[in-house]
Amino acid sequence: MTWGARDVSVLYAGRPALVEVTVDLRPGQIAIVVGGDGAGKTTLCRSVVGLEAVAGGRVSRPARTCFQPETSGVWPELTVMENLEFVARGYALDRFHARSRIAELLELTDLADARDRPGRQLSGGMRQKLGVAMAVLSEPELLVLDEPTTGLDPVSRLELWSFIDLSARQGRAVLVTSTYLDEATRADVVTVLDEGRVLASGSVAEIISGMPGRIFVSNRKIGKQSWRRGASWRAWSETGDPIPGARAVEPDLTDVVTVAALAGEQR
Amino acid sequence: MTSIEARGLTRRFGDVVAVDTLSFGVEGGEVVGLLGANGAGKTTTMRMLLGLLTPTAGEALIGEVPVSEVDRRAMGYVPQGLGLYPDLTVTENVAFAAASFGVPGPSLAEAGLEHIADMRIGDVSLGMRRRVAFLVASCHRPAVLILDEPTSGVGPLGRARLWETIRQSAEAGTAVLVSTHHMEEAEECDRVVLMAAGSKVAEGAVREVIGQARTVAVAGDIGGEALAAISDEGGTVLSTGSGWRIVGLDVDGVRRVVGAEAGVEEVPATFEEAFVALSR
Repeated sequence: MTWGARDVSVLYAGRPALVEVTVDLRPGQIAIVVGGDGAGKTTLCRSVVGLEAVAGGRVSRPARTCFQPETSGVWPELTVMENLEFVARGYALDRFHARSRIAELLELTDLADARDRPGRQLSGGMRQKLGVAMAVLSEPELLVLDEPTTGLDPVSRLELWSFIDLSARQGRAVLVTSTYLDEATRADVVTVLDEGRVLASGSVAEIISGMPGRIFVSNRKIGKQSWRRGASWRAWSETGDPIPGARAVEPDLTDVVTVAALAGEQR
Repeated sequence: MTSIEARGLTRRFGDVVAVDTLSFGVEGGEVVGLLGANGAGKTTTMRMLLGLLTPTAGEALIGEVPVSEVDRRAMGYVPQGLGLYPDLTVTENVAFAAASFGVPGPSLAEAGLEHIADMRIGDVSLGMRRRVAFLVASCHRPAVLILDEPTSGVGPLGRARLWETIRQSAEAGTAVLVSTHHMEEAEECDRVVLMAAGSKVAEGAVREVIGQARTVAVAGDIGGEALAAISDEGGTVLSTGSGWRIVGLDVDGVRRVVGAEAGVEEVPATFEEAFVALSR
C-alpha cells in the first residue's frame, strides 16, 4: 500500500510553490523531505494531509492521518496531561483505552514527570515530543511531522528521532520534514527540495550513486563549481575528468545536494 | 593575543546559575564553535561577551580589555533574528550599518549580493538575508565577530557560501565565535567549546572531543519491546537503516536487554553521539 504525493504542483498567487513533486509513503517506513526555508516542505505536508489545494497531480492518504504542524500543535495554557486528554476526547477514544495509551506515551517520551506542567513551560524538545505524542495518540496509519526538530539541540533531536523510529516500527507510514541534511540518514527514503522542485530523491545510497561526475578536494577554490567544506575546498567535475592539483574523494550526501543546487542555479 | 576571552564568567538569574565559571578564549584568525543543548547557556555567554548582559562574576574581555571599556567598532554581532530592517532594501540596510560605524559602504558586488541590491529585505530569501546580516555585522572590519546560529534554516549550498564568507573573515585576522546546532558544522570550526548546564564539558578540535567515546551498534533487527526497554534503561536508540545505534548504555547493558551477544558491539562514537554523552 502506498500513499503520498504524485507529481503534485501547488501555486501561491500564481507562483509555483511546488512543481511536480512525488513522495511515496509506505507503512513502516520513514520518508524525509529535506530543504532550506522556502523549499516547499510545509506546502508539501499541507498538501498530503489535505489542507492545501493542489493545482496538478494527486495526493492520497489513509483515513487515519495525523499532522503535527511546525508550531508543535501544543496548547500552551493546557498541561501536558490536558493536551493529551483533549486530543483523546477529540478522537472519541474509549476512556479506559485512552488512559492506558496516554500513560504509555508519557513513559516513551519521558514526559511523565512533567504531566502537570503547562505547555508554555516546556522546553522546545519536550514540546515537540508532546506534539508527536498527541499526533500518534489515535494510532494513525500515516503520521506527518513538519520540521519537528528545527531549533532543537542535538540531545533533544536524538530523543525525538528515537520516538519517531519507534512510531514507524509500529507499522506507521511517517513523513518528516527537516532543514538538517544529516537527519536524512535516519530515514528510509529521502527527497531533497529546493524552491519547490525535487533536487534529488531515493535512499541515501541511491542519491549518492546517482550523482553525475566526480567530487575533488583541494586546498584552494577551483572555479565556480567549488565550495568550502571545513578547512578545504570541494570541486565538482561534471564530466568526471580529473582536476589538476586536486584529489578525487567519495562524495557524501552533502556534496551531492550541493552539486544539485549548483547545477540548478546554473540552468 | 586572545581576542575574545571568557574568564571565570558566571551569570545567575535568581537561584538559577545560567553560566558557571566558564573560561575559554578565541585567538585572532580562529573560528571557535560554541555548542550545547537548549538552555546550556550559549546565548547568555554570547550576550555577556558582547557586553549586553552584566556577569554576576568573572570577566568578559575583548582584546584583553573588559568589554564595558571596548569601542563597539571592535565587535560585530549577528543575532539569531538577524537584526535587519525588513522595509529597507539590501543597499539601504548595508549603508545604514556602515554609516552608523562611520565607514564607507562595502561593495555588494564583492559580497555577491549585487543582484538583490534593490530588493526589500522582507522579499529576500533566508540564505541571502543571512549573507546580508553577515555583511552588516562585518562591514567595519571588526576584530571580533560573534554569530548566533548564522546558518539556521539555510540549504547546503547557501550554508557552504556563508561558511566561505566566515572563513574569509577569519583568514583576514578576525576572531570568530559561532554557535550552531548543526553537528556537521562543528567540522568547520578550528575548535569547539561544549557547554552543558552552564558549564564547559569539553573543549578542543572535533577529533579531540570525540576522543575515546564509544557507542553501541546493533546489526539487523531488534523488536519493539527491546527498543522500549532500552529507552526505559536510559538509552537513546537511533535507526541507521541497516541497524541501530544506542547512546547512554554500555555494551553489556544492551546485550542484556536485547537478549543476544551476536551483532552487538562497541564502535567509535560520532561527534553527535559524543556530544550527547557529554551533555547528559
